[in-house]
Amino acid sequence: MEDFLYFFTFQDSSIAFVVIGITLLGLGSAYVGTYSFLDKKALLGDAISHAVLPGICLGFMLAGEKNPIYIVSGAFFSGALATFLTSWIRNNTKLSEDAIIASILSIFFGFGVVLLTVIQKSGNPEMAGLNQFIFGNAIAILEEDLYIYGGLAILIIITLTVFQKEFSLLVFNPDFGIAVGYPMGLIRLIFNVLMILAVVIGIQAIGVVLMAALLITPGAAARFWTDRLHKLLIISGIFSVISGIAGTYISFILPQMPTGPWVVVCLSFLALFSFLFAPNKGVLSRTISRNKYLRKTHQDHLLKALHHAIEEGKKYLTIEEIYEAFPYQKQKNNKSIDDLIKNRLVTKNQNIIILTNEGKSESKRIVRLHRLWELYLNEYMNIAPDHVHDTAEKLEHILTPEMEALLEKRLNFPKLDPHQENIPRDYDDL
Amino acid sequence: MMTFDQNAFLIILTASLIAISCGLLGVFMMLRKMSMTGDAISHAVLPGIVIGFFVSGSQRGLEVIIGAGILGIIATLVIDWLRQKARVQLDASIGITFTLLFAIGIILINLLAYKVDLDQECVLYGEIAYLPIDLWISDSGFNFGPRITYLAVLNVTLVVAFITLLFKELSLTSFDENFSTVIGLPTKGINLALMSMVSYTTVSSFEAVGAILVVALLVVPPATAFLWTKKLMPLIQLTSALGIFIAITGYYCAYLVDSSIAGMMVAVSGVLFLGTVIIKGKKSNFTFELPWKKSRLALEDKTL
Repeated sequence: MEDFLYFFTFQDSSIAFVVIGITLLGLGSAYVGTYSFLDKKALLGDAISHAVLPGICLGFMLAGEKNPIYIVSGAFFSGALATFLTSWIRNNTKLSEDAIIASILSIFFGFGVVLLTVIQKSGNPEMAGLNQFIFGNAIAILEEDLYIYGGLAILIIITLTVFQKEFSLLVFNPDFGIAVGYPMGLIRLIFNVLMILAVVIGIQAIGVVLMAALLITPGAAARFWTDRLHKLLIISGIFSVISGIAGTYISFILPQMPTGPWVVVCLSFLALFSFLFAPNKGVLSRTISRNKYLRKTHQDHLLKALHHAIEEGKKYLTIEEIYEAFPYQKQKNNKSIDDLIKNRLVTKNQNIIILTNEGKSESKRIVRLHRLWELYLNEYMNIAPDHVHDTAEKLEHILTPEMEALLEKRLNFPKLDPHQENIPRDYDDL
Repeated sequence: MMTFDQNAFLIILTASLIAISCGLLGVFMMLRKMSMTGDAISHAVLPGIVIGFFVSGSQRGLEVIIGAGILGIIATLVIDWLRQKARVQLDASIGITFTLLFAIGIILINLLAYKVDLDQECVLYGEIAYLPIDLWISDSGFNFGPRITYLAVLNVTLVVAFITLLFKELSLTSFDENFSTVIGLPTKGINLALMSMVSYTTVSSFEAVGAILVVALLVVPPATAFLWTKKLMPLIQLTSALGIFIAITGYYCAYLVDSSIAGMMVAVSGVLFLGTVIIKGKKSNFTFELPWKKSRLALEDKTL
């Protein structure tokens, strides 16, 4: 608790710097990452983040110490080389994109490891600082690092905000962009530069191995909450900042812990939560609405069966007849009958099921929709009467009252469907 | 000075065996457009390795291999679940799964750092140079020789056996998944079996070459060979040959600049790969073709 207060009241100015740093870089990489996620190029971020390792090592070798300017520019150049090679190889060979990305990623990382071991053997005492780039250590962000990393993050955020229109064009419809005269090649180049910059500033805090998560996961998680681009960017930014600060806090109270893995675990937890519980798109809510829809269709089918019975001159159906009409679904039938009784659409007397007045009008509505749609398909789409049933069977559950009114008007309030059966109206007697 | 002694021989032999087993599996991974899944699996087995290590108390235990195998399968299933049930696009589901599992692995290493003799660097890069001193000594004190070499021999035997036995099924599912499902092959089962082999190979090799460099051996030699040939058997043979070449050249280059042998092997394979792209790429073919030759070919086409 003491640690908690100490950390979050920012008594220590270095902690304030770290939190500002991680917030800015979280926002920057979440912004860039969301665009590249929408562009379906999420794994390019993974390749770039592994590929900056040789650049970092070269920067370190040239400077002879952990100088942020040398390291940032080294990382930038090797990231840029990797991006260029990826697109060049894609244009020049028949290799599939994932093979190219995996090759570039591992080759650059291999070169990085070679350089890293060369530095290790040289016995430079500053070497310890270099290892932090592998898994990240946000606590080690110093004030002078912050000006560079924070400044670059702000640059990324501002560029993406100012040119939002151009970048959305790039992600959603580049061909249209070319057609209306935007320089799409230049826009893609700038976007790649921003992506490399986001990786470069992230590695100090997250590390080269896991940086991909900071690019991919926030966008993928936020995608479950909204369909609007600006909301998507805001939500992914929030996810990324929350996990960034949480990860930093954990590596603050447990000093031997690197920051990166904890940021990734927090982020993945948020993502998993979104996948499961997000309204509308989450697994849970999709399962619920699917089950609800299946129950509704089965109830509709029962009502229809009762309606057909009345048309054939019977007043009711026994429960056994219902079991026979919908075989092997005893439990489902019972559940639907219970639901219908609860909604006062049918009554059950011993084993006899009778439609109530509300039930009659509801069953007429379903049968009407079914037959109207059959007639519409037959008259307007010229589909033979024996081919229209299956589609109508699906649409009877989802046609809205507005659609119904429109169909009635178009078909001029018809009396009979293509099978010469009566189209029931509310005022008709059953 | 270049030397060739018993140690060099053992290291080159082991590295070649590892490169061959990775390359053989990598060919099929590449044909299935699953190279990145291989990358994901090799990251994702880390928690399994750590837990197995912790349970058995040593890196020689069978638990390590079982743990990693289970994690590899879990990773494959999670990627599938995210893609099909949660409807996350494929690249993002791969990215999310492997970063999470790798992060958990690193956290476990740090939590168990006192109890487990395993550090992050070893997991990432491995160190094949220690191979000659890491001996397999029986209880009665008999010295069998380097332990990792035995692991590599076992691994390559199993991989070769796996591919020989399932060659027809593997090639069919790689080239036409729908057709193989239609004629009744257990496509998903074969896929999972391949993934388990990849996880097992990763575990068996990670001490020598590290988790990330295994990916290089899985992906780069098949991709290089693919640019030279389009037939499956030559592809497999060329991949194996490349594996041996990479092991030999990598060892001596590492010797020259005094660096990580595994890293240098990857660097060598990278140079080979990029060189191949330059030679065999579409654009270079186009420029090497002399204009009059081209027009004559076109003429012959017409007369035919």
